[in-house]
Amino acid sequence: MRKLIAVLCVLAMCLGLCSFAAAADLKVGVILVGDQTEGYTLAHIEGIQQAQAALGLSDSQLIWKYSIPEDQVCYDSAVDLVGQGCNLIISNSYGHQTYMALAAEEYPDVTFVSMTGDFAAVSGLDNFKNAFTRIYEARYVSGVVAGMKVAELIESGELSPEKQPNSFDGNGNVKIGYVGAFPYAEVVSGYTAFFLGIRSVYENAVMEVMYTNSWFDIDKEAAAAEALVANGCVIIGQHADSTGAPAAVQKLLDAGTVCYSVGYNIDMLPTAPTAALTSPTNTWGVYYTELFTAMVNGTEIPTDWAKGFEDDAVSVTAFGPSCAAGTSEKVSEVIEGIINGSVKVFDVSAFTVNGEELSTRVFNSTIIDFATGNVLYEGTEYEAINDGAFVESVFRSAPYFDLRIDGIVEDAQ
Amino acid sequence: MKNSHSGREPIARIVKRGEPSFRLKVVVRACAVLLALLLDAGFIYFVTGLNPVDVYVTMFNGTFGTLMRFQWALRDFASLLLIGVALAPAFKMRFWNTGAEGQVLMGGLASAFVMIRFGGIVPSGLLFTMMLLMSVAAGALWGVIPAFFKAHFSTNETLFTLMMNYVAIQIVASCVTVWRGQASGLGKLNTKTKAGWFPQIWGQRSTINVILVVVFVFAMFLYLRYSKHGYEISVVGESQNTARYAGIHVGKVIIRTMILSGALCGLTGFLIVAGRDQTISVNTAGGDGFTAIIVAWLAKFNTFYMALISFLLIFLNKGAGEIASAYNLNSYAADIIEGIILFCILGSEFFIRYRLVFGGTKGKEALR
Repeated sequence: MRKLIAVLCVLAMCLGLCSFAAAADLKVGVILVGDQTEGYTLAHIEGIQQAQAALGLSDSQLIWKYSIPEDQVCYDSAVDLVGQGCNLIISNSYGHQTYMALAAEEYPDVTFVSMTGDFAAVSGLDNFKNAFTRIYEARYVSGVVAGMKVAELIESGELSPEKQPNSFDGNGNVKIGYVGAFPYAEVVSGYTAFFLGIRSVYENAVMEVMYTNSWFDIDKEAAAAEALVANGCVIIGQHADSTGAPAAVQKLLDAGTVCYSVGYNIDMLPTAPTAALTSPTNTWGVYYTELFTAMVNGTEIPTDWAKGFEDDAVSVTAFGPSCAAGTSEKVSEVIEGIINGSVKVFDVSAFTVNGEELSTRVFNSTIIDFATGNVLYEGTEYEAINDGAFVESVFRSAPYFDLRIDGIVEDAQ
Repeated sequence: MKNSHSGREPIARIVKRGEPSFRLKVVVRACAVLLALLLDAGFIYFVTGLNPVDVYVTMFNGTFGTLMRFQWALRDFASLLLIGVALAPAFKMRFWNTGAEGQVLMGGLASAFVMIRFGGIVPSGLLFTMMLLMSVAAGALWGVIPAFFKAHFSTNETLFTLMMNYVAIQIVASCVTVWRGQASGLGKLNTKTKAGWFPQIWGQRSTINVILVVVFVFAMFLYLRYSKHGYEISVVGESQNTARYAGIHVGKVIIRTMILSGALCGLTGFLIVAGRDQTISVNTAGGDGFTAIIVAWLAKFNTFYMALISFLLIFLNKGAGEIASAYNLNSYAADIIEGIILFCILGSEFFIRYRLVFGGTKGKEALR
């Protein structure tokens, strides 16, 4: 964080001195899938405001469109923003992408950024960009936090096959649960990283994933968490946007079941004071500041932007009081390892697929229109295994790790 | 009479008016709009701290700010109005077709299916013809099923058509789930070939929609007022027994009219898919199927009044969106502003049909 602030300060100073005129020309249109009441969108709003402050943009240089659904309304909004003089238009939801690409095609002088999207590199449009954080790094670290907790529970005898027999499978592995939104690579990559983080600390673990088929549904997420705990899971991770799961876990913990929660996006401690361990989170301000700066300076905007711990683009929120002793030292060590490359999240020696270690995996960036089976954008094939690990978010910012590794079971949807 | 009221007299009583004059209607409605603007001004000033006049200008700009916004407003107006027009004959017959949402969705689904299956394979003229025919047939089918049961088994059409909406929504949701594959949504169909997309006229693909809806507003007005079918519909609506006595085959009229109503809804689905969305989702009708019920009802099934009311609703909706965006308010504040205006305008209908008489029985007219 300190590093981020330092970078922002330097940027702000540079801009204040040399490119004041250019900064005044920037007009940004923002298309948001939700509003301030919803964690995911709130994180984007805060990121954009951070960038606004860093560059000293006035409020009139930003036009906000809230609660824009992933349909024709998104296209209308984008074109309307062009009409209002915006030269940079950002959308924050994956489903906005096809509409943004269409607008980008029609208005080549305006830069369009579809956050979390995956078309940019293959679309052939110079003015269309994607960005995503390396959130899988933070999920791995949150897994480490959870793994420490599991190890502590076992060591102290608080969790044992005698006390909570349902929490161990036939081979004595501890059961972990995960509430996922949709069965996409984005979620698969995230839960795999989380699971590998746990196993890097506590080897004997298995995980069950339950999907809600929604990004934000408090009731469904709570119900999934309850079902997972009923199946014996002692840690409930999540890739869904509400506080449903942590709240449900807190209730069950208070009722005497050994179970803890790892959230997402926001600090879950206000919701689950003793059940929440931590949450992996995105700091979108890092990207937005880079983006606005590049726009102002007229420098190249990366087609696919993906950054993680090294640039403070991801982090984990404050550790809850239930975290195991020594968590924060261990976490600092792992983060250091991720930054210097000694810790690789998808190290192929740490997992198997169908009982075998992965030696090759081809990632094809072609986008296929599933409905007709036609190729929408022709992509390239990449070998994703390099130097003993699966390289995520390098060939494209949006995650593409979609392998189902051994030890994880997805429930039928 | 006097005894029963001698204790306490009500402050006011409600009296039905005779046929209201044109002048009265205009005056009452103008008062309603004025009252709405005043109430909203109070809300805007005291709650958001903004200048009400600026906010009204912004609201106006939501529809009239740029040519493109006006064209978009017309496009959404066309969808809403066409559904209203589709409901008119059914409602006039007192067949409460609450299933427009589903009929539009089924029409849209048929169009999307043709786009996916035949887009880029058959020539575009044939593709549009297929989309049109399939949509109209799908909408008509969704409308005629409840009509058949009403005509033969006297089932309740309000509930039947309403439930058909939910069946349609689930069918669309299932198809979208199959077609979208790994993506979170279906997105636009045939983005590369643009097969099944209406051509752009005056910069908009929806121009055809607007032209067609104008045609249908006139056609439906003439059909209901001057055709033999229109006459039969009003007789069945007034009294089924009278209709039978006059030798009208009631079941046949019900089924025929619902085929028409459903077919027009299906056509709307086609126009939305080809002229606006170029995709299908459970939000394709976007609740217009329900809003159109209000439109048709308020307009007393007169298609020209429907046009006015539809435009007002779209204007308010676009204005609310623009207010939220321009002043960085969340959508709830804009919804309140929209809601107050609607409340006053709908409420004014009451004062057109009834009046309040103050001072209890002393006002002699009250006893008439």
